[in-house]
Amino acid sequence: MSARDLYKELIAGRSAGSQARGRSADISRRTFLSVSASATGGLLLAVSCKGKDPSPGAASPGAAEPAADVRPPPAGAAAELNAWIHIDHADHVTLRIAESEMGQGILTALAMILAEELDADWSKVSAEHAPCDARRYGRQGTGGSSSIRQGWEPMKKAGAAARAMLIAAAAERLGVPASELTTEPCLVVHAASGRKLPYGTLVAAAARLQPPAEPTLKDPTTYRLVGKSIARLDAPAKITGQAVYGLDVRVPGMKFAVVARPPALGSSVASFDAAKALAVPGVEQVVQVPAGVAVIAANTWAALRGRDALTVQWTPGTHPQLSTAGITETLAAALRPSKTAGAAPAIAKAQGKAEATLARSKRRVVATYEAPYLAHATMEPLNCTVHLSDGKCKVWTGTQGPTRAQSTVAEALGLAPENVEIITTFLGGGFGRRSQADFVKEAAQVAKHVAAPVQLVWTREDDLRAGFYRPAAMATIEAALDARGFPSAWVHRIASPSILEQMNGLVDGVDQSSVEGVVNLPYSAPPNGWHGKPANQAFPLLVTWANPKLPLSTWFWRSVGSSQNAWMVECFVDELARAAGQDPLQYRQKMLPDGMRHRRVLDEVARLSGWGKPVAEGHALGVAVHESFGSYVAVVAEVSLAAAAAGAPGAPGAPGAGAPGAPASPASAASAAPASREPRVHKLWCVVDAGRVVNPNTVAAQMESGLIYGLSAALYGKIDVAGGAITTASFAQYPALRLPQCPDIEVVILNSKAEPGGIGEPSTPVVAPAVCNALLALTGQPVRKLPIAPVT
Amino acid sequence: MSIQLTVNGIARTVEAPPEMPLLWVLRDLLGLTGTKYGCGVAQCRACTVHVGGAPVFACQTPISAVGAQPVTTIEGLGAAKLHVLQEAWLAEDVAQCGYCQPGQLMSAAALLAQHPAPTEAQIDEALMGNLCRCGTYPRIRKAIARVAAGGALAPARAQDGAK
Repeated sequence: MSARDLYKELIAGRSAGSQARGRSADISRRTFLSVSASATGGLLLAVSCKGKDPSPGAASPGAAEPAADVRPPPAGAAAELNAWIHIDHADHVTLRIAESEMGQGILTALAMILAEELDADWSKVSAEHAPCDARRYGRQGTGGSSSIRQGWEPMKKAGAAARAMLIAAAAERLGVPASELTTEPCLVVHAASGRKLPYGTLVAAAARLQPPAEPTLKDPTTYRLVGKSIARLDAPAKITGQAVYGLDVRVPGMKFAVVARPPALGSSVASFDAAKALAVPGVEQVVQVPAGVAVIAANTWAALRGRDALTVQWTPGTHPQLSTAGITETLAAALRPSKTAGAAPAIAKAQGKAEATLARSKRRVVATYEAPYLAHATMEPLNCTVHLSDGKCKVWTGTQGPTRAQSTVAEALGLAPENVEIITTFLGGGFGRRSQADFVKEAAQVAKHVAAPVQLVWTREDDLRAGFYRPAAMATIEAALDARGFPSAWVHRIASPSILEQMNGLVDGVDQSSVEGVVNLPYSAPPNGWHGKPANQAFPLLVTWANPKLPLSTWFWRSVGSSQNAWMVECFVDELARAAGQDPLQYRQKMLPDGMRHRRVLDEVARLSGWGKPVAEGHALGVAVHESFGSYVAVVAEVSLAAAAAGAPGAPGAPGAGAPGAPASPASAASAAPASREPRVHKLWCVVDAGRVVNPNTVAAQMESGLIYGLSAALYGKIDVAGGAITTASFAQYPALRLPQCPDIEVVILNSKAEPGGIGEPSTPVVAPAVCNALLALTGQPVRKLPIAPVT
Repeated sequence: MSIQLTVNGIARTVEAPPEMPLLWVLRDLLGLTGTKYGCGVAQCRACTVHVGGAPVFACQTPISAVGAQPVTTIEGLGAAKLHVLQEAWLAEDVAQCGYCQPGQLMSAAALLAQHPAPTEAQIDEALMGNLCRCGTYPRIRKAIARVAAGGALAPARAQDGAK
């Protein structure tokens, strides 16, 4: 099992060290064994995707909507055909999706697959988050761009099995053989007699039948939904303010909590004085919890003011000397050969005699790249609502890992997991951060002290300063070039703090996530001349990985190791092309033989972007290509340099008054040095081969999303440390792309019959190298450190 | 203290300290959770609402400053019938995680109220404060352009999302 396949398992709460077991197989078995009559049957939980009529007067104190739209259905109204599919007497189909909706469109996409094989009428379909129930859904975790890849076959089978049960019920009702029956959307049809039975009239009988072990699947050429661009089911709720995120959970009698957190890494509470905090109106309790000191109040504002008023003495941090520059030094030290620098780097890949070839070579290129720690910075700050009473616990949160959240809360509170109910709300962004359970655990630890439901709220500062981060990374890459300028050896030494180590997830001493995108380097040397060998030849490749010890917590960040490794590899390839005196796109084409999927997306992006044709004065193009999560993405970026402009995200809006009638300006002019010029990205052309595509509209949106997320990081993203404390604490210090800076983006999805690839992450790694390679073309200077610094 | 205000056309009375930001009054006291908390310091505009028709940071607006001016939140934007921008948002399938979208819509609605056919520069100016981490900006731009061009109600529903 590769690191990428592990991600989902880890997010769902499996220990990396335990024996790997295919989740798909697990699910498909459950699909057919655990049909109906479950304890959760009929209980409709979580978020309904169908838009509700906005009713402005509906909400009032104490009379708020029940949390997270928990709606018990009328008794007997809907029958369950399996864990995913409920149908009521009016043919309304409710699909329970066990993956978490964080913007990637998974509620819609998995619903499309189920509805396709069920032959449901799409206008009667709604989707909602399934309850957390490992017995029925397997371990639930959303990540690693795996939902469609792993859900494709099981969801097809679940839909088809339910359809077969409806047909069997109709056969019995009509007294005809099942083989004479077909379906139209939400109808079983007996063509010979012209009779049609709506699914709603059959569902009660169908629910009592045994599901077929191997249901017949549709011929893909007959698909009505899969492969079509279909509007997202959750869109109406999200544009009317009706969608319920974790922070929107409102339960009668609930309290709100914030936690005062240590100012420095490794610091903790020495003592505290709650008096001033308790004097703030609305503050009800101040208690010490493992994360710091929790202030519990009647509303969020009071809790925040109480935290401001609190006096806490903290123990000194454990790394008082650590700074951003010190992180760089630590990474660099881990790359230097040394007998005293701890463990020797591990060998992640050794193909051929790379070092020996390099040593013999007369023509070498070497470069060292550095990428910073990054925060996820989801728009919705982290939060979790917990109600502990009578030895049972109810938890509402936007989590990527419901099963992990369940076991974490159970452990924190000493409860059996079955006494912990997890209700998954919409996620206001995930990007990997919400697959951690730290905030869920904290909420449980706070809830122990509160005799009411309590919502733990992280502020933006908490999110940036107390987070888990994409690990920083540094790599020195050295290549030997042959007479034509192609690599004859590639030695790639990486230093990057491990993510998987904390889960006992190293394989042969290597964190596979730290080296992904390098150990599977796609390039090979083209045949040498007309009479040379007919096929490209792999060149010797050595990849080593060192695991420097730094005190920042690390975690999965959108596209994980590829997020830094693709940048380094693809920038280095441009440096090689430059050394070889070749066009960087053609150079790549020669190293990617015909028939490779990398080559296909590269060829298409060359055509789409008009590569080789003149561009505007002062503009240049850069290209990059990368495979991750089973999908292949090539990007061309058109970039120029401009004087630092007003409205640049470096200064996205001064904190200040926003009095009615005189709203604070949302953005103010940047105060950059006048001589510096910043990259301006005008256009991104993106070509993706994601195999078979369920919803092209969603795939295009995810390509746009991943590119913009990656571009924000490339241009602005870094976490700073000074005096052993994380100093990046606001969007002013951790800027992200704003609308005026957003380039025009054109996405092309290649037709493919290959198995579905991931879509949530694969465009993120490619944008930074494409932009940096354009800057190399513009300035002649490589960009070897992120974020991209202004050019002076 | 007891404070009266009008939210989405409905008179409300809340017990709150006068300095309490409108954001928390709406979310925690009135249960109107469509208005979002993203930063609390006027850097993301997820909390944008209209006060007296003008877009403001609800996180920076003390309840005492609202007075008799009407407050409109996302729940009131298309209460009777979807706002033309909400229709355009559906047509372009803008929302991803959706968390920033109420703020985006409220900023865009204020822009269109002032400039029914905004220029690119006016769109930039009005929306630059609204942060989106999912990267919905290209579709936001298309949705506003769709309304500005008078084509908001075309029921295309993003049929051409892929090429």
